[in-house]
Amino acid sequence: MSHIEILRTGVLTTCQDAGRPGWGHLAVPPSGAADRPSWRLANQLAGNPTGACALETTLNGCTVRAHRDVTVVVGGAPCAVTVDGRPESWGQPVKLQAGSVLDAGPAEVGVRSYLAFSGGLHPKSSLGSHSTCLLSGLGPAPLKDGDTIPLGPAPAHPPLPTQWPAPWAGIGDEFVMKLHLGPRLEWFRPEAVAELTRGVWTVSEHSNRIGLRLEGPALARTDASLELPSEGIAAGALQVPPNGQPILFGADHPTTGGYPVIGVVGPEAQAAAAQARPGSRIRFVPIPMPHWSKRA
Amino acid sequence: MSTPPAAHRLRPLPAGPRGILIDCGTTAAARACYRSLQSRRMSGLLEASDLVPGATTVLVDGVDEPELLAAELPGWPLADEPDTAGEAVEIPVCYDGPDLEAVAALWGVRPDDVADIHSGIEYEAAFCGFSPGFAYLEGLPERYRVPRRDSPRTRVPAGSLGIAGPYTGVYPRTSPGGWQLIATMTNPGRLWNEHREPAALLVPGTRVRFAAVRV
Repeated sequence: MSHIEILRTGVLTTCQDAGRPGWGHLAVPPSGAADRPSWRLANQLAGNPTGACALETTLNGCTVRAHRDVTVVVGGAPCAVTVDGRPESWGQPVKLQAGSVLDAGPAEVGVRSYLAFSGGLHPKSSLGSHSTCLLSGLGPAPLKDGDTIPLGPAPAHPPLPTQWPAPWAGIGDEFVMKLHLGPRLEWFRPEAVAELTRGVWTVSEHSNRIGLRLEGPALARTDASLELPSEGIAAGALQVPPNGQPILFGADHPTTGGYPVIGVVGPEAQAAAAQARPGSRIRFVPIPMPHWSKRA
Repeated sequence: MSTPPAAHRLRPLPAGPRGILIDCGTTAAARACYRSLQSRRMSGLLEASDLVPGATTVLVDGVDEPELLAAELPGWPLADEPDTAGEAVEIPVCYDGPDLEAVAALWGVRPDDVADIHSGIEYEAAFCGFSPGFAYLEGLPERYRVPRRDSPRTRVPAGSLGIAGPYTGVYPRTSPGGWQLIATMTNPGRLWNEHREPAALLVPGTRVRFAAVRV
């Protein structure tokens, strides 16, 4: 059989590809790999075409058995890799024989490791994507021990040679993110921007693919009793609920919301946020609103 | 028929390096703006990964040069006619919700009258949100607006029809929810079907009528 078998899912292991962008108007979150660059590079090293579906682990890795010969790359959050108990390379193509067992250990830093298999994974798809969405329930359910996932045919491109110097991003426990102010900056007191410039937030343990809950200085609104009619939420939005403690939205974010968004982080910061562990610290560098927003 | 929204009321707000939130001021203007953006995207004049209508806004996300779109917006003529093409979708419901009596009391009518009043109105899907298949349906006159429940239910069964503020909505799958439940859709599976195009029965702009059935 042409599949892999999940022996240990760890905290949470899901199938992720490029997600399902373009369906926001139907309340479908974008989903897809949370740390996009790591997922992309793992696939590239495994010889897969852009967009192939891989496993995304959370904090303590996972264990899989291959039911055919397959090349696998473990990337993203660095971790110990073993095959049938023997140490193997992290971040490099590893050949698995049919029947052998690969273990990706706990993340040494960061949160999410990616396991890209040559040929890609082919679990249930919905709206053109194999990605699990924690918010909407679309796509395959989060994996359980004993699940099997079909493998696609081996790719036309061979995996890159081992020891290729892959440009894996460094992951730390201190993050500095550019925050593009807006769209609802005017809902906040001027002190809120000063707070954004000098404040430090800690990632709460109640964080997941939907968003990072941040604990730190409260971002005060001008009038907390005003209600914002529901509006679309951009990727990377920093939303501020009434208690002033912001939520940095992730891949499975809701498509609309009724709390003001004070700023939005770009794709690089979204990828970094996907590797921010509970307890790690985030600072923001606010980028002023562009001139065109002031003309209106 | 409402007056056409004035184009100058479209206010572009930055939503990250690749996004614009267009504040349209009113629901009618947001609807017209969304239709205009859709047709521009279909004809290749606009490249964006997502167009997400809200109550009075449209989010345009995944735009390469948001400043160019922002510069164009104030001059846009908006479609001044509501899009009434096509038949209204009819949804059979049984007016048997657990909050029926509470809503009747708020409306000052008998519980039996709620069905007649609610099913006598034509609604329009203003925007989607909350869960795939869920649409915020507008049409309830001001005097029939009710608040959300003081404490949300932890489990609202799929197919429950709720009202809150200006909106009516039908829960496509079992989930927590705070709206006042007055009816039940007999076949909630119609709301979301991934094998249909589009997957959602109620896409923004869809007109909707509820037909009262007795079980």
